[in-house]
Amino acid sequence: MKVLVGDQLPTREHDVSNVQLMLYNAALWNGHRIHFDEPYAKEVEGYAGLVIAGPLIGDWLNQCVEAWLGDAGCLLSIEYSNRAACYVGEVVTVGGQVTSTDQGLLTIEVFAQNAAGDVLAPGVATARLVG
Amino acid sequence: MTGLLTPELLSNIGKTSAPQREVVTRRDIRKYAIATNNRQRKYLDGDQAPPMFHVALFWDVVELDALTPDGVSIDSLLPKFPLEKAMAGGLKIEYLKPIQPGDWLTATRTLTDIYEKSGRSGALIFYEIVMDVRNDDGELVIREKTTRILR
Repeated sequence: MKVLVGDQLPTREHDVSNVQLMLYNAALWNGHRIHFDEPYAKEVEGYAGLVIAGPLIGDWLNQCVEAWLGDAGCLLSIEYSNRAACYVGEVVTVGGQVTSTDQGLLTIEVFAQNAAGDVLAPGVATARLVG
Repeated sequence: MTGLLTPELLSNIGKTSAPQREVVTRRDIRKYAIATNNRQRKYLDGDQAPPMFHVALFWDVVELDALTPDGVSIDSLLPKFPLEKAMAGGLKIEYLKPIQPGDWLTATRTLTDIYEKSGRSGALIFYEIVMDVRNDDGELVIREKTTRILR
């Protein structure tokens, strides 16, 4: 796989249902109401809807890099932060761009953004090309 | 003048959790891969754990009376901070070895730092937790550093 600085990773849209979000938090044992109890999330905590869990968005950043790498490389690290909340009902777009290649050691800026283009979670991943 | 970080608070730096040892199962991998909408067959089938699976594996399985009314479990590693509103933090994860069903992994968490800074709207407290995940040979499999910000 030939990789050049500036290469864009394929983007992917995530549209999480409340069912999926419940199953995700159950897989963790995360009982925080803001993820499944909509009246609580809105009326008590003042959110716009059911809050998509931060680590789930982080997971999507990892997936974006791995889907692009395929068998051509392996993910070494990821660093990201959750900057803004997003909610069930919103489509989250995840993507990235290669910012450096150094003898097969890649640095990739990754992002998750909402439909308005607000960056929800910016990050940087590193990967190594194999073979 | 800061003074938010008392010596007592700072004495928590270096505190570690009791090690947590878990076994990786195909079933748990599948649940996590499906719930995150992963598309890779090796993860959906549970042949290998996807990145960030350790989040599910090591989330504290607390009993119901340890949950607050909003469903949150208190992290016993953390002291009570004078600022309590959590802001966006960050996460850095290094993936050193693949994780497969049948692997026994042990996670240890350490509160590695507490410091303060002045933000635009006032004082901010930062704390850092490093979680090391090792296999039964003692090899590091995952290192995760979490930074949280309180105001």
